[in-house]
Amino acid sequence: MEATTPSSIHWPVIRKDAAELAVRPNLVDYDEARASFDWSDARRALSGLPGGGTNIAHEAVDRHAAGPLADREALRFIRADGSVRALTYAQLANEAGRFASVLRELGVERGERVYSLLGRRPELYAAVLGTLKHGAVFCPLFSAFGPEPVRQRMEIGSGRVLVTTRALYRRKVAPIRDELPELRHVLLVDDGGPTDAAPEPGTLDLAPLLAGATDYGPTASTGPEDMALLHFTSGTTGRPKGAIHVHDAVVAHYATGRFALDLHPDDVYWCTADPGWVTGTSYGIIAPLVHGVTAIVDEEEMDAERWYRILADHRVTVWYTAPTALRMLMKAGAERVADHDLSALRFVASVGEPLNPEVVVWGQEAFGRPVHDNWWQTETGGIMISNYPAMDIRPGSMGRPLPGIEAGVVARDETGAPVVRDGEAVLCEPDATGELALRPGWPSMFRGYLHEEERYRKCFAGGWYLTGDLARRDADGYFWFVGRGDDVIKSSGHLIGPFEVESCLLEHEAVAEAAVIGVPDEVAGEVVKAFVELKPGHEASDALRLELIGFTRKRLGPAVAPRLLDFAPALPKTRSGKILRRLLKARELGLPEGDTSTLEAGR
Amino acid sequence: MNESDARAAVFAALHEIAPDVEPDDLDPSARLRQDLELDSLDFLRLLEVLAGSTGVSTPEDDYRDLTTVQALVDYIAKRG
Repeated sequence: MEATTPSSIHWPVIRKDAAELAVRPNLVDYDEARASFDWSDARRALSGLPGGGTNIAHEAVDRHAAGPLADREALRFIRADGSVRALTYAQLANEAGRFASVLRELGVERGERVYSLLGRRPELYAAVLGTLKHGAVFCPLFSAFGPEPVRQRMEIGSGRVLVTTRALYRRKVAPIRDELPELRHVLLVDDGGPTDAAPEPGTLDLAPLLAGATDYGPTASTGPEDMALLHFTSGTTGRPKGAIHVHDAVVAHYATGRFALDLHPDDVYWCTADPGWVTGTSYGIIAPLVHGVTAIVDEEEMDAERWYRILADHRVTVWYTAPTALRMLMKAGAERVADHDLSALRFVASVGEPLNPEVVVWGQEAFGRPVHDNWWQTETGGIMISNYPAMDIRPGSMGRPLPGIEAGVVARDETGAPVVRDGEAVLCEPDATGELALRPGWPSMFRGYLHEEERYRKCFAGGWYLTGDLARRDADGYFWFVGRGDDVIKSSGHLIGPFEVESCLLEHEAVAEAAVIGVPDEVAGEVVKAFVELKPGHEASDALRLELIGFTRKRLGPAVAPRLLDFAPALPKTRSGKILRRLLKARELGLPEGDTSTLEAGR
Repeated sequence: MNESDARAAVFAALHEIAPDVEPDDLDPSARLRQDLELDSLDFLRLLEVLAGSTGVSTPEDDYRDLTTVQALVDYIAKRG
């Protein structure tokens, strides 16, 4: 069953002419740029560590802080009341250096993991860059996760340090602290202060540590292949997977920022993603800073009026956002834009899930600019397939591969496995659906799943990295998303593993079996729906339905827990006892149930 | 609609969307996002449930003012 994206050939192509654009794009001629591109050219645009080696923090802040960009605003934070606090490159380098010194003084060693569970506030950004400067590994967690996703991810990555707030610590970490023996230091960014009560036991107040920190000195001499970032993602089965990224990824952040986001030196750039997800780190922190532009950070949650005001007041030139947010803006109406001057806005891009053609076209109506969809995932570390300012848009298509990236659509057999002949994967004919695949070797490719060699190995076949997404490629080389090749749910652009949610439901005393699927939602793309089979002695009721939803929300948080739940007398299973989520989904959507003998590959 | 009916409708809708919220946490000044941890989808669904139970539909313009439990109760009481 491959459903969802409306076929989009009926939408007229949006023509582009580079000569008509006010700012000459970095990529003018797609074919020429692809032909002439070489990763070593992109690498040369960076400076490298003084004594050799590569470090993301050096490329993102330290080199700018020591040069003509020192006094340029690096990050401009917008508080709830609309007021602004900005950090220049020099100030950000100083803050990051202090954080690095604190890590050193705490005895944190190179390669050890520093986690954050934090909203978008300055301390988070200093912690990311300071951790990298120290040669430790940063792992951001989404602050709306409940205690269970936090526990699992901290345990898998053996987190040594956690940076968080007092409230988040109390709610989500204190109850599970005993289960995290490797966690040595919890640093609270908002402890102390006149109104505060007694210090939280087992934590440290970060502010005085930063204030007393000594100069860090030279950046840790990390090599390009040293681990820098750990980003978690979810598969159909098993625990979350920690995708390992290395310092060399910065080469791809730079190159993709240049081509896919068209970053120019004077840009005011706004990526709306939270650094708790990979987009918010790769493109909310690293790419804009490496380019030396000013990045906007909104500390608040999405609100249409607020967002238009930010775009207008701050003269945002390049805006990178998500389909869910764009659909919310679309609901609010294009006429709302009229009250705001968005004349500075030059380029709008979107990522997270396929952007429906209606939204691409609506961008033209609302902003006078179409929305440029692009595609990538946690494992790829950076944008792989994209629409560009000077390339015609086919609404509904994710675009064409970045220079330096070779993408293909690999044929699948009837079990969903890739077809490999003589050691080489077989590619589909144009317009045929298969698994989206990439030739390994780009700098930001993940280097493994932490402690999961087997799952990593299974991602490769016949010379390609298999993405798990189903797609087709048209005769002109544009790629079109078709659906997920597995049972992973994509909600508001985030992947949710059904197994994680089912495992949580099974911990409830009334639940015998649980199956979790994604059901279509006009705003979020999909929302999580659970089907539950009760143990004898428990009756289905509205109260129990709410109890189960509440139970999972407490443990998993609203971003992961089911929003809908139905009781089922018996869940459909294979002969070997595996629950057929696909059949449930087909029934839910009123689609033909198809060949139910097929089992998902389950990477 | 009087305030106590509005409060009952808001509490019922909150219980439907976020059953993890304990009744003790439903302080009138509790902020929907920060204190009750509703995300933006929860918020949209909350307004949908309230529209169904009270007949009050909420234009996008008013979203930004509905930040606390009390603000929502007052809003429903005034319009319901």
